Formats: sequence, structure tokens, C-alpha cells
Amino acid sequence: MANLRPLQMLREFDLAEGNVRDLNLYLHKRAADEGVSQIAVRNPDGAHSIACGLNADLDVQIHGHVGYYVAGMNKHAAVTVHGNAGPGAAENMMSGRVHIRGFASTAAGASAHGGLLVIDGDASLRCGISLKGADIVVGGSVGSFSAFMAQAGRIVICGDAEDALGDSLYEAVIYVRGKVRSLGADARFEPMTDTDRAALKNLLAQSGLAHDPAEFKRVASAKSLYHWHADANQEY
Amino acid sequence: MCGIVGLLVKNSALRSRLGSLMVPMLVGMTERGPDSAGLAVYTTPVSERHHKLSLYSGESAVDWSDLLARIAAEFAHAHEIAVHGNHAVLTSAADPDQLVAWLGRNAVEVAVLSVGQSIDLYKDVGAPAAIAERYRFKSLHGSHLVGHTRMATESAVTPAHAHPFTAGRDFCLVHNGSLSNPHLVRKRLEPLGIEFETDNDTEAACRFFEWRLREGDDLKTAVRRGFSELDGFYTFLMGTDQELLIVRDAFACKPAVVAESDDYVAIASEFRSLAHLPHISHASLFEPKPEEIYSWRI
Repeated sequence: MANLRPLQMLREFDLAEGNVRDLNLYLHKRAADEGVSQIAVRNPDGAHSIACGLNADLDVQIHGHVGYYVAGMNKHAAVTVHGNAGPGAAENMMSGRVHIRGFASTAAGASAHGGLLVIDGDASLRCGISLKGADIVVGGSVGSFSAFMAQAGRIVICGDAEDALGDSLYEAVIYVRGKVRSLGADARFEPMTDTDRAALKNLLAQSGLAHDPAEFKRVASAKSLYHWHADANQEY
Repeated sequence: MCGIVGLLVKNSALRSRLGSLMVPMLVGMTERGPDSAGLAVYTTPVSERHHKLSLYSGESAVDWSDLLARIAAEFAHAHEIAVHGNHAVLTSAADPDQLVAWLGRNAVEVAVLSVGQSIDLYKDVGAPAAIAERYRFKSLHGSHLVGHTRMATESAVTPAHAHPFTAGRDFCLVHNGSLSNPHLVRKRLEPLGIEFETDNDTEAACRFFEWRLREGDDLKTAVRRGFSELDGFYTFLMGTDQELLIVRDAFACKPAVVAESDDYVAIASEFRSLAHLPHISHASLFEPKPEEIYSWRI
């Protein structure tokens, strides 16, 4: 009889009856105090900014399609969307894990500093734009300008990539399994090393994907844009 | 910003519910476009000898029955008018070009929003829900429609600047985005005798495509030509009496989601405008890819 803590640690939110502001307030301020660590969200119906700015070890399961900026700025939490995501999923994530079971719209994982973003389906254009250290694993294909100006972190693409992959890359690394329609300025294919294969194996395992790392190619920066060349006449 | 919505019913039993299915779609795009809204709805066509004109009088009080009498005195044809407040649909056997020209000279307070055999057009300033109520959008019937909620960026907030834009017969276009070369397009079209009603960038795209249709292009060919002629950001949604078409520019900055089922094709800037549709969880959902043309026929 000593343990009187409630066994039910799951809380359910129905957005058909409540609003996103109340949900996010609960996730920010009250969930931890109430000892709730699992939250299920029903009827998201494309609402924006669901589970944004989380800063605690919560497990948020969203059952349906979401709009812009789901799990933006996420820290520590694990957010799963059982549906598709609108633009800017997990943008500026700091840590934790965001999993989109369907497809993700433009700029998924934009500017994310840490953590892991997994997209089971395709990601649209500009996936991982300005990535700053997070890992992104896309089960499907990515749209044009993905990893544009990505500074740190890794992007795994199990399908194909459209135009200008890795344009103006800094130190981020891309592993791509399918066809690349075109590489962006200063991006180049490089040989896979044992370190790459080990890192990729780990990322695929974390994402529940069974591909063989040997099927992937590495894309990284040729670093020719790192310094300004007076002779280049502004043409690179 | 701006919101777009499109709906084409494949199951003809849904034609009587076209308006009621659409209103939550349009109202769902209010945050993207709170300052004006508009709608083109394609109905059962009038007979071959007739055309319909959607007329709008704005703030002016127009005596529609007097207008009809003046038209009847001028044109020896059968005419009918269905009036709702400051909006009316004139059905006439007179030549539509002559009728439009006559209205331009003799009824300056009346704007012609559309001309065709299927299209009815409504647009006005105000919140989408208020406009839907004002023009009883819920009760509209038809095979397909094209709607828009506007947040003005490039030109003034007036009914004339609201979307859809129309040109020619039974053609309309709505736009989310902004064009950077509308004046060049206009400079190219005006010497061909094509007249513009506003300084709006979308009107340039609308008149460009309609010009290409008149020159013999089909709509897809016209849109493909637009890839090199129209510079800027766009998701365009277009309607003809037979077709609904969506296209996004190469950078696909402006969003769009399509839901397709056996019963309908529904299009909106965001999924939140589609969430209420019947059996949406069984519809196939996708985002139109950049510079890929998607169209559906009735």
C-alpha cells in the first residue's frame, strides 16, 4: 500500500475539443508536475505549432496530420506524428527525437542543432536547410535544395534527391542511397570510409531502417567556397 | 500569404453538396487570407445560344430590373437576371462581347466578374466567413470550384483586386505568391489588344494563360509556357468549364495539398482546410511537385 502514485501516466488531448495553445501550455508547464510523461493528441487536423518548444523528457504521440512547425525547437522530448507534417517540421530542434510516419512538407529539420528527425515517407524541398548539427533520416526521397548551406550534422536519404543537393554545404555530411538529379554548388561525391559506414549503420538502426550502408554514397563539401577568390569574378 | 481551395466532385450525387463541402475549406484559410475572398463555381452550362455574366455593383445601389429593361431595349434577345443583393447573374442570348461593351458604357457602376456558359463568380472584401454568408456559398451546386482567401501584398484591397481573376470565357485563376515580372507580361499583351482592369500581378498571369488558350494551346501547354514567361513565386489554381488544374513554381515556396478519393478531388493550401471532408482518412494525400502540372476533368 506504500505506492499511491497513479498508475495512469498517459494523458490524452483531443484538439477537436481543445486548442493548441492549451495543449502546448500543458506540455511546457504542467505535464512534468503531474508526473505525466506520455501524451496522446487526437484530431490534430493540420493545426500549426503542435508540441512546439518542448523542454522535457516527454513522449508525445500525435494521431493524424499536422500543419506548420510541429515539434519546432524541440528539446529532450520524443514527438511522433502518425500522419503527414506541414512545412518546418522539427525546425530548430535542439535535442530529442521527432518521427514523422508519413511525408513531410518543405524545410523539414531546418536549422536544427541536435537530436534526430526521422521521416518515413518523402521530404519536400529544402529538407535540412541550414542544418546546424542534428541528424535527419528520410526513408523516402527529398526535394530540391535539400541540405542547402547545411553547417553540421548528417542527412541520410534512403530514396532519391532532386536538384541542387547540398548546395553551399559547410561541414554537414549527406548519405544518399538513390539517384541524385544534380548536386548543388560546391557539393561533391566522396568515398565512404569505415567511419561513415559505422555512423550510417547506427543512424539507420535508430530509425528502424534495414538498408545496407554499402548502398549509400557520401556527399560533402568540396570547400572551394570557403574562401573568397578575387579571380573568380563572382562566378563559382 | 493567401489561401487557395479547389474542389471537383467526381461523384455526380455530390454536385448538390458542392457549396456546403467547400465553405469550411474556404473559412479554414482565413488566417492565410483575412482581407478578401472569392469563388468561381462551375454549374450545369446554359444552352449553347446563351451566356452568363456575373455582375457586381459593390457599394452602389443598382436597380437591377431597370438595368434588365435597358438591356432588353438595346438587345433584341431573351434575357434573365438572378439577383442577390449587390450581385447578379445575367443570362442572355445576346453576343457577350457586345453586352460587356454596352455595360462598360452604360452601367459603369456594374463590374463584370465573369463571362461564360458554366462559370458564376463572386468576390468581395471582408472575412471569408462573412463573404460565404453574404453570397450563400453553402447552397451552391456544381461540378467544381476555385476559391481564394487574400492577404494583399502587391496591390490594393478592393473587390476588383480579389481573386479569382477571369479572362475570356469560363476561365479563372487564383494565386498564392507574387510575380516579379507582371509589368513585362502586360507590356507584351497590351499591344495585342488585351486590356487589363487592375494593376494586380495575378491578372497578368490570368490574361497570359487565356491569351495562350485563344492562340490554340491547351491549358497544360499554356501553363508549361508560363514556366519561362512568368517569373516569381506561385501556386496557381485554375478552372475551365471542363477542368481543374494546379501548378507550383520551381521553388514551391507556396504550399498546396491535394486529397483525392473516388468521390472528389480537393485542393487547399493546407491540410487543415481538408480535414472535415467526408472519408478524408481514406483519400490519397500528396503535395504537388514543383513545375509538375496536375489536372482533373469533370
